[in-house]
Amino acid sequence: MKRKSTVRVLAATTVAAASLITMAAASTASASSGGLAKGAPVNIGISLSLSGDFSADGQAFERGYQLWAKEQNASGGLLGHKINLIIKSDASSPTQVVTNYQDLISQSHVQLVFGPFSSLLTVPAAQTAERFGYAMVEGAGGAPSVFQAHLSNVFDVSLPVANDLMPFATWISSLPKGQRPTSAYYVTSNDPFTEPQLPVAQKIMSKAGIKSLGFTVFPAEVTDYTSIADKVAAAKAQVVVLGSVDVPTVSAFMQAFEQAHYNPKAFIATGGPDQGAAFLKAVGAKNASGMMVPNAWYGGSANKLSKAMVAAYIKQYGGTPADINSDVAEAYSVGEVMTQAVQATGGFDNAKIIAYLHSGKVMSSVQGPVKFNKLGENIDPTAFTFQWQGTQFVQVNPVNDPNSVKVLFPKPAWKS
Amino acid sequence: MSGSALTYAIIDGVLTGSVYALMATGLTLIFGVMDIINIAQGIFVVLGAYLSYEIQLHWGIDPFVGLLITIPTLFVVGIVVERAFMSRLKGPEKTAMSILVTYAVSLLIEGSLNMIFSVNDVQINAWYVNRSFKLFGVYFAYIYVFGFILAVVLLTALWALLYRTRFGASVRASLADQTAAALIGINVRRVATICFGIGTAVTAAGGMVFGATNAFNASSSYDLISRLLTIIVLGGMGSLGGALVASIGMVMLEDVVGVVWSPVWSTMTFFIVLVIVLSLRPQGLFGKQLARTA
Repeated sequence: MKRKSTVRVLAATTVAAASLITMAAASTASASSGGLAKGAPVNIGISLSLSGDFSADGQAFERGYQLWAKEQNASGGLLGHKINLIIKSDASSPTQVVTNYQDLISQSHVQLVFGPFSSLLTVPAAQTAERFGYAMVEGAGGAPSVFQAHLSNVFDVSLPVANDLMPFATWISSLPKGQRPTSAYYVTSNDPFTEPQLPVAQKIMSKAGIKSLGFTVFPAEVTDYTSIADKVAAAKAQVVVLGSVDVPTVSAFMQAFEQAHYNPKAFIATGGPDQGAAFLKAVGAKNASGMMVPNAWYGGSANKLSKAMVAAYIKQYGGTPADINSDVAEAYSVGEVMTQAVQATGGFDNAKIIAYLHSGKVMSSVQGPVKFNKLGENIDPTAFTFQWQGTQFVQVNPVNDPNSVKVLFPKPAWKS
Repeated sequence: MSGSALTYAIIDGVLTGSVYALMATGLTLIFGVMDIINIAQGIFVVLGAYLSYEIQLHWGIDPFVGLLITIPTLFVVGIVVERAFMSRLKGPEKTAMSILVTYAVSLLIEGSLNMIFSVNDVQINAWYVNRSFKLFGVYFAYIYVFGFILAVVLLTALWALLYRTRFGASVRASLADQTAAALIGINVRRVATICFGIGTAVTAAGGMVFGATNAFNASSSYDLISRLLTIIVLGGMGSLGGALVASIGMVMLEDVVGVVWSPVWSTMTFFIVLVIVLSLRPQGLFGKQLARTA
């Protein structure tokens, strides 16, 4: 008797659960199909790291998204629908980012989603979005780990990070033998954004006879970089390639190098020096000179779309082009690419948007052309290297690019 | 691996470890007297760093001299937080609840700091921050040497306060047994409030050195608090000497492993040591074996 009633309860529970799932799926499908009433806003859900380790980048991304939405709304929104961004904070947590996108899609019923900051968070975010059939267009998930997940819905509008250091490595390898450095040290955080970049540079530079004096990987959660930086300084390499994601890491290495009276001829960091005024403020304007960083965009870009965005940014937030964090451009590009996809497909149907983004069409963005391969990598952008020269942030590689200026080499001495 | 790299790792461990001791001492003092696990200690460190940064930026006061302002300021902050939140925690769930309450305090301060200063990283700058001097063929960074001296002075002062004053006797009595202390006429409540203030105040010094050796924002507190908690667990919850030994030992071990082997294994090695110590001495290196009664 008791068993019978248990079976009944189980059956009823199963039916109820199945009904709920069906209703939720129907509701989500309706939300993503693009059947928006006239005059209704189009809701775009985003999870960003507004606190935690990636907060500086997360908040710069927020500015980029907000600026795009404001500019797009000023020119009629998306297919006549006003854009409404729903931004949730994930505190830089891969767990929270999943919760946020689940809520945005299944509770807030957003029509579209944009990506979070960092490759670390993009993988779980894109996996979540894929379960609901949503396109995940993002600007800061360019690590190989993102594409190795073989997700059909992820599209990174920025440069795939593995190639970021190629212009620098190619340039330094091409220097005449008398000027070319003879040794290099590679040191990186074990972050999916930074770690894949260094072996590419190391391979190119080793081929040119630049000897590797070391390759050190350190945990992302280090609070004291002194001993690691001292180890690098003790090797006395002429080039240092640092895999970093933020200003504190670069700042700590710069400080330790100066304290050890060690000044490499060239010092490039994968992230940190690209954060505009924030970088200068932390390390001091005098010490920044000569510091290099790979990227696909900078405030002085000659791209027409970029110039318009920079003008709009300065109008809204003040400052100069050099003050603008490249995260702003990455986020803005996400909006631009999604705009073109929505306009091309004539609605907010995520299946159609995904198909369009996979079609090989070339789109435009403030970072340059965007064209996706089947993995969602942008195969059209050019990698650049930028350098702080005094308080100016300038493009220096590729050397034959008309917008590149002469590299400040060797790096000036520390000037604290 | 060169000999000089190992020498630097050992020196860095001692110098940097002493600064962590400054931060961890407050945490262990507060736990020892109040049975409170103060998750907000990390954000207090960052608050101290921001205060030093602002005082130098706007008033041009050297960060070390500025401690004359920041230490009393954080003492007052500690008193206010204790009176507003901690004093209301009572009963057997007090310690567990203190984690939640101090986490809430931490989030409140972090949010406020983000609103005031934005999330962009800043760093304290002074002539000695990036400079160093050579002694016996080894470069010593001024900031770490000054930080070490500061730590020695403040920890000695704290020791003198605890072991050479009447108030210190009250604190030690409270550390040993709060009920017995109350029975002999000690105002345990008042001692707890002042201890919370002192525990917060010493983070001003740790925060200043942290802010001069690291670019920071309000979120920097997350990495700090996990490290501080492991330090006081290794040293023994409530033990000041334990916090000092564990701080220096932990940073030195991590630095040496990082140089000799790989930084990736530094933290893991430390936790292996922590597990071994705790399996042999569950109360930590210098913790008391008997549980105290509230």
